[in-house]
Amino acid sequence: MPTQYYLFLSIALFCIGVMGTLMRRNAIIIFMCIELMLNAVNLLLVAFSKMYNDPSAQIFVFFIMVVAAAEVSVGLAIIVLMYRKVHSVDINILNRLKH
Amino acid sequence: MTQLVYLIPLFPLIGFLINGIGWRKIPKSVGGAIGSLAVLASFVVSVGIFFEVKSETFQGPVLIKLFDFIQSGKLNIPFTFQVDALSSLFLLIITGVGFLIHVYSTSYMHDDEGMVKYFAYLNLFVFSMLLLVLGANYVVMFIGWEGVGLCSYLLIGFWFKNRDYTNAAKKAFVMNRIGDLGFLVGMLLILFQYGTLSYVEFFGQLKAGQLPVTADMYNCIAICLFIGAMGKSAQIPLYTWLPDAMAGPTPVSALIHAATMVTAGVYMIARSSVLYELAPMAKELIAIIGLSTALLAATIALYQNDIKKVLAYSTVSQLGFMFLALGVGAYTTGVFHVMTHAFFKALLFLGAGSVIHAMGGEQDITAMGGLKKKLPITFITFLIGVLAISGFPFTSGFVSKDEILLAVYAHNKVYFWIASFTAILTAIYMFRLLMLVFFGGFRGTEHQAHHLHESPKAITIPLVLLAILSLFAGLVQFPHAFGGHDFLNEFLGKAGVPAWAGEDAGAALREYYLLGATVIGLLAVYIATRKAFAVDKFEGKYTGFKNVLANKWYVDELYDAVIVRPLQGISRFSDKVIERLGIDGLVNGVGKSVRYGSDRIRLLQSGQVGSYLFVMVLGIIALFAITFFWIH
Repeated sequence: MPTQYYLFLSIALFCIGVMGTLMRRNAIIIFMCIELMLNAVNLLLVAFSKMYNDPSAQIFVFFIMVVAAAEVSVGLAIIVLMYRKVHSVDINILNRLKH
Repeated sequence: MTQLVYLIPLFPLIGFLINGIGWRKIPKSVGGAIGSLAVLASFVVSVGIFFEVKSETFQGPVLIKLFDFIQSGKLNIPFTFQVDALSSLFLLIITGVGFLIHVYSTSYMHDDEGMVKYFAYLNLFVFSMLLLVLGANYVVMFIGWEGVGLCSYLLIGFWFKNRDYTNAAKKAFVMNRIGDLGFLVGMLLILFQYGTLSYVEFFGQLKAGQLPVTADMYNCIAICLFIGAMGKSAQIPLYTWLPDAMAGPTPVSALIHAATMVTAGVYMIARSSVLYELAPMAKELIAIIGLSTALLAATIALYQNDIKKVLAYSTVSQLGFMFLALGVGAYTTGVFHVMTHAFFKALLFLGAGSVIHAMGGEQDITAMGGLKKKLPITFITFLIGVLAISGFPFTSGFVSKDEILLAVYAHNKVYFWIASFTAILTAIYMFRLLMLVFFGGFRGTEHQAHHLHESPKAITIPLVLLAILSLFAGLVQFPHAFGGHDFLNEFLGKAGVPAWAGEDAGAALREYYLLGATVIGLLAVYIATRKAFAVDKFEGKYTGFKNVLANKWYVDELYDAVIVRPLQGISRFSDKVIERLGIDGLVNGVGKSVRYGSDRIRLLQSGQVGSYLFVMVLGIIALFAITFFWIH
């Protein structure tokens, strides 16, 4: 099937991910959306790799997966700590940085 | 002995330091003694130097360098003293009269808390004045020039708790400063054109006529220097500070505003005679200003009711005579009049001080009268002073004033008649003063009448000494027509001060005419003033034109309206508009705008994670746009 379909899907997933990070209140949902964005990019990279016959993009995909995993573990650890403090994962409650 | 010349200013400087630092602790009599002895020591050294200069073996000006003062690139100005006839004569006058006034002050200022501080200031003044006349270049002279201006300020405003006195001191200083600007410009012109400010070098270059400098430049420099003299020696238009300066203690008026500081301008021009001989326009200007100042001040003095103000205007008038003499080329005559004037004017001021002291501080002559019986020594010495200034035959004032008149006659007949008229006015106002103070009936209060007594010896002895000098100082330059000899002309000629080349054929006859006219004139003045002023009742109120004279021709009011008020207006405008709205507005405005901006930007930190994310996304989009569309 034409590679453009992969591009469209990837863009759609990415946009959904962006919308999600901006609009959701639950911190865990925001993390899921970030994961969604990362995976959309992975898909995109693989598609381009097929399009230009360049395997280095696929190597880059591995890097992204590793980074995503590490980042999620750190982020979830922070959310657990935060939950222990305020017993909620609503981001609107976390406004201690406010002046 | 000339090698010891540095001692002369050193003694008063030490006196100033001792009295100045310890004036709260040093007892009054000790402070007075220190001050007086310092000046006496300087006088002794000055006498020694004078005799050495006078002797046949003296060779030219002796320059004694103390240290290098200004050294910058090609400019080299050393701190050097010049000992020659002119400076040694002035040394004698300054230290001699100065010493007498110091002695007088020990008694006059006896009741004052700040007496030792007063002596410190007086010594500082003598030090500065000595620097002025001893300098070998214009820079050292200028140091002394400024120093005497400073001391004048300190001493006029000595009783500083009185606002009027401090205003008078401020006025004196500011007017001096205006003149000093001219002096500085003149000095800079000399430096620029000739590369040196030393008298010997500068006058040497002028005489050799090397540089292609135009007559305009000579006139320009000469006039600039004269502006300095205008301020210091109270000529039109910078004279109004001197009558106000009478706010200071009377010995100060005697020393500074009669005998020494105000003669600094005359000294400067006499010293620069080489320059002025090359600048005829400047000389004419000096003569005109001197003449008009003499006339103006004499008219004002006729209707003043304060004993010191009469003498102040008299000083301004006599200074005008001195500058008139300089302006017609009779430099030695001008210096001669400086000398005689120092004697009789100091005498008159000190006598006035004695009267004021006896009257318990009263200075208004409408409250005086008939004092000759109670204050005999003061009366006789004051009378001698009046005779000297009026030109009574053969007194010192007669000799010097006649010489001026004759020199002026040879130059311009119109000037001569105006000057002679002014001389008559001088006699009139001085005799008026004499009659109102010492003759007639006493017009003061009972309390004052009780207090009247002759002053102590520390006051009367200087009066007597000055009276003797006023009588006989004329002998140094007695007219040939009466068997005299030009001692002074010869002496000053050794320093290169030109004399009026005057004694031509008709001179002797003119001398006799002048003598006759003087005798008749003085007799008439005596009779007239005796009748008009030796009275029991004297209101001292004047109407019409007399009131204009009594109000000093409203010159002070004119200056106030034309200069002072606009200046104050400008300063008010600068403060309210330029300073408050402009500069403060700008500086504060920067601060305010930073604050405002930061208040606004601070709102970005809402603490809401959602908005942080949003801004982050926006930033990424912006970076993309820049990367793809802007950077090719």
